[in-house]
Amino acid sequence: MEEKIVIKNLAKIFGNNPSKALKALKEGLSKEKILKELKQIVGVHDVSFTVRKKEIFVLMGLSGSGKSTLQRLINRLHEPTTGEIIINGTDITKLDNNELREFRRKNFCGMVFQNFAILPHRTVLGNVEFGLELQGVSKEERQKKAMEIIKQVGLDGNENSYPSQLSGGMQQRVGLARGLTVDADIMLMDEAFSALDPLIRRQMQDELLELQDKMQKTIIFVTHDLDEAFRLGDRIAIMKDGRIVQIGTAEDIISKPADDYVKAFVEDMDRSAVLTAGTIMQPVKETAFINDGPRTILRKIRKNALTGIIMTDTKKTIKGYIIAKELVEYINKHKEKENIPFDDSLLHDVTKVDSEMPLNEVINIYSDNRYGPLAVTNKQNKLLGVIVKGSVITALSEDFEPENS
Amino acid sequence: MFPFRIPIKDWISDAVDFLVSELGVIFDGISAFVYFLVDNLKDGMLALHPIILILLIAALTWYMAGWKISIFAALGLLLAENIGLWQAFVETLSLVLTAEILVMVIGLPLGIYAAKSDRFNSIIRPVLDFMQTMPAFVYLIPAVMFFGLGLVPGVVATFVFALPPLIRLTNLGIRQVPKELTEAADAFGATNMQKLFKVQIPVAKPTIMAGVNQSIMLGLSMVVIAAMIGAGGLGADVLRGIQRLQVGQGFEAGLVVVILAIILDRITAGFGQRKSQPE
Repeated sequence: MEEKIVIKNLAKIFGNNPSKALKALKEGLSKEKILKELKQIVGVHDVSFTVRKKEIFVLMGLSGSGKSTLQRLINRLHEPTTGEIIINGTDITKLDNNELREFRRKNFCGMVFQNFAILPHRTVLGNVEFGLELQGVSKEERQKKAMEIIKQVGLDGNENSYPSQLSGGMQQRVGLARGLTVDADIMLMDEAFSALDPLIRRQMQDELLELQDKMQKTIIFVTHDLDEAFRLGDRIAIMKDGRIVQIGTAEDIISKPADDYVKAFVEDMDRSAVLTAGTIMQPVKETAFINDGPRTILRKIRKNALTGIIMTDTKKTIKGYIIAKELVEYINKHKEKENIPFDDSLLHDVTKVDSEMPLNEVINIYSDNRYGPLAVTNKQNKLLGVIVKGSVITALSEDFEPENS
Repeated sequence: MFPFRIPIKDWISDAVDFLVSELGVIFDGISAFVYFLVDNLKDGMLALHPIILILLIAALTWYMAGWKISIFAALGLLLAENIGLWQAFVETLSLVLTAEILVMVIGLPLGIYAAKSDRFNSIIRPVLDFMQTMPAFVYLIPAVMFFGLGLVPGVVATFVFALPPLIRLTNLGIRQVPKELTEAADAFGATNMQKLFKVQIPVAKPTIMAGVNQSIMLGLSMVVIAAMIGAGGLGADVLRGIQRLQVGQGFEAGLVVVILAIILDRITAGFGQRKSQPE
């Protein structure tokens, strides 16, 4: 995937003597100590990462972790103290004011703010056309474009309303539309949905994902809400004390937290929405093959102390599930024979789940399942692992660490 | 206690003398310009038949503040005409309007600059305090020395007294524009001028208009004081009433000042609210 934004060794110190603070940071002094002794505020330091084209990259952390500062460094609303910010191949820290303004117009869809930051004296249309108006686009052209976007975000009919007449969710749609109207592809969203009530918030998240499917922007989304981060983010950077402690997909972070801080963070997470069948499945200890006789199969079952076994062909395609109890009865019935033939009536259907399926859906399927484990398969329908009762419960507990990592 | 006295009074007197003798040309120029404004405004309004001017003012009041105030304005102004104070009313109105125009032309840019520059703000604040609290009578005398007697020093004294609230409230209004709004403008690549005219001034408009409103009210309070240096108008009638102990006459002129104050207040208050609060 193409790199859109590359950040190298970025630091931002607020105060009158940043170089002293940077030196102290190198010597390992903490942020608090630097504030106390040097009176310098460390906004962000030692930050390097890459944002890929067309991904939603979430900056997540508690207040004071530097996430909003970092976002404002990316479009230079804050001047970085040191470091490089390379966007589409241009190091924007080297641009002068005029070049920076041009660069922002061409590359950034403005910004979307927690408190919407739309202009109270302008109508919805007046707000949405704002970015193009600044660029000197003719009235006719910019209003046409603005109306298109207004329709896309579901604001049509409200274009002549004033912001004060709209609900929070609608106002944020205006904020979003204002950004989308500009012909640029990096969208910065700062706690964009945090001021909305939970139901509307959820709805806006869905709409953002839907829009993103169509618009294909590169989005940097700041939030303090882990659920939101995991729902929206293709990748998530968790920040603490001005640094990034971990970058990864939701699954990476929840299943392999980089340190105790992240671990404590994800403890409260609704794990079932993030973990997938693939992460929580257990390896298959043994399978029965089509050519195995009933006695061989029973031996395999007993050896592993199972209550049943999955039968596959040599290509690991699932044939069915054999219940130990039924198999024992069947063997007892034909005890006197030396070679008991395998009877297909012993095979039961196996419930299969895709390895990408989220755990909360797995749980539903599991509760409807009458016998045996769930078989986890890949797209080619091959058996990857199984989910038994225990694995679901362990996965939901905090100490879960996937075996197949 | 001290073996010496700091000669502030001498300094000021010398400075005023110096200004009058050396920079007289400049003051004459300013004087001529202000006189041109205020005299033309007055003559223009007096050239209209009182009924026409009353209808114009009532219409403007209707547009800005609704029909109730508009009816009040019409009745109040008819009363002024009826009791023979029409000419005085027009004189006062032109004095206040001229002073207010000058206040806006000079006060708005200074207020905006004070909002942009903390340094300038810290310099201008004590100056504004001085202008507002120094008893008006004290600068009436230099005003007369610089500009002679009549309407012009009246306008200048009113201007000095009415300028501070507009600068203060313009400064405040622009500083109070939410940071996110200016950040949004920056993020979209706005120039400083675009940010000022498309975001900061419109958003600060209600506060700025409150400043305009306040400065007009303060200007009206100078009407009587200005009359002492020959500015004429309603102030002169009030003054005459006081001097001759004609309570009734003084009251009549005072009443018309109040009517004018209410009309101007409602019109400018209406300016601040329009558009930013639709419905």
